[in-house]
Amino acid sequence: MATEPISEEVVGSCVDSYGSAIGMPQLCFDWFPNQIFWLVITLVVIFLVLSRVALPRIAAILAERQGTITNDLAAAEDLKAKAVEAEEAYNKALADARAEAQRIAAEARAEIQADLDEAIVKADAEIAAKAAESEKAIAEIRAGALESIQIVAKDTAAELVTTLGGKADADAISKAVDAQTKG
Amino acid sequence: MATETTEAEGSSLVFHPMDQFIVKPLFGDGGIAWYTPTNVTLWLFLAIAAVFGLLVLSTSKRAIVPTRMQSVAELAYGFIYKMLEDICGKEGVKYFPYVMTLFMFIVCANFLGMLPMSFTTTSHFAVTIPLALAVFLTVTVLGFVKNGAAFLGLFWVSSAPMALRPVLAIIELISYFVRPVSHSIRLAGNVMAGHAVIKVFAGFAAIAAISPVSVLAITAMYGLEVLVSFIQAYVFTILTCVYLKDALHPSH
Amino acid sequence: MEGDLAHIGAGLAAIGSGAAAIGVGNVAGNFLSGALRNPSAAASQTATLFIGIAFAEALGIFAFLVSLLLMFAV
Repeated sequence: MATEPISEEVVGSCVDSYGSAIGMPQLCFDWFPNQIFWLVITLVVIFLVLSRVALPRIAAILAERQGTITNDLAAAEDLKAKAVEAEEAYNKALADARAEAQRIAAEARAEIQADLDEAIVKADAEIAAKAAESEKAIAEIRAGALESIQIVAKDTAAELVTTLGGKADADAISKAVDAQTKG
Repeated sequence: MATETTEAEGSSLVFHPMDQFIVKPLFGDGGIAWYTPTNVTLWLFLAIAAVFGLLVLSTSKRAIVPTRMQSVAELAYGFIYKMLEDICGKEGVKYFPYVMTLFMFIVCANFLGMLPMSFTTTSHFAVTIPLALAVFLTVTVLGFVKNGAAFLGLFWVSSAPMALRPVLAIIELISYFVRPVSHSIRLAGNVMAGHAVIKVFAGFAAIAAISPVSVLAITAMYGLEVLVSFIQAYVFTILTCVYLKDALHPSH
Repeated sequence: MEGDLAHIGAGLAAIGSGAAAIGVGNVAGNFLSGALRNPSAAASQTATLFIGIAFAEALGIFAFLVSLLLMFAV
């Protein structure tokens, strides 16, 4: 590749004076010690870097991630169990509340029924009392009416007699009226 | 030899498909001693930087909900961890940093090599042979330490007929020792072949008439090479796991 | 000229790449037909698929390597 010839003592047996390879560079044993020396250094450095730093670190990262995932899964499991528990509690509370409500409603109904019964009884009694009173008043009124009829009849009879030109005898009239009205 | 002939033939078509693999000193023009900082050094250190950025900087926040880069790091971690666990079982997990080092280095070096003008470290046998030899030696030593002489049972196929067993033992033995060869050459060969092919197509671009085809071909090869870069890293790692399994459970 | 002979050898070695292509195609094709018969088992066998492809391809890479050696290193 090089355009100018380079000095003969520098090139050695593997490169010609134009800088091109003589034969295969891979088989130039002059270069082997150099390559092997630097290769060994490289491999030792890479091995130390990998075994001391890189591989433990990556292993730690992977383990940590695995741990995190496991923990998260466990936490999720926990939360799920809690959610199920909460739902159960909620359902139970709901059922309790419903039962309580029914009990209260029944109680209220019974109370109301009792009140109602009492009120009905009271009302019945009142009504009966009122009815009795009314009957008594009616009887009185009826009795009062009979008397009034007799008085009116006697008065009317006396008026009639007087008008007809007789002499009204009060005793006779009342006896006659009594007799008529009783009859 | 080949480069000389192409150069001699003419000026219009000049192929230097292997020049991209030349090791050069970073500073000056001197020779290359074992300690000289070269372009190999530069790109190896860039691979370190890439691994560091990908696996350390991206995870520095330690976020529970990862950022994009952090999830890439976690993906790479999980990918290799699962591969190792699937193949080697629980005992293999101990060797995870080792396998992860190999994978991250190869994948980063391969992808850095895909950058234009870059130097591809994993295309060199000098890089892949030590990697494969390290795996080979680790597996062999580990096999004998863990299982003692029972490790040799790997070569003695007890499920085969008695007469066949010595023959199979020889074949198994050969295939065992060919492992590091194929392990290293597969990686370097794949990467080198792809880069050389791209360079050859680039050489054709000098002819105006076929340069659009050449550019298209380079694009297609580049896509294929990106795939190969990852797959070769994956294959290298998975074969390391398979060999490790042999060391941990040698019974057939 | 020995260089020409080496080039011929390199070309012959490159035939091995085609052989490896057949091998890789065989592995992938058989995997695909098996996977279509039993898709549920396919995912667990992708690793085996890649190992098989890698082994088949490695031999092709050997051929490629021989070719390169003949071209550049002989």
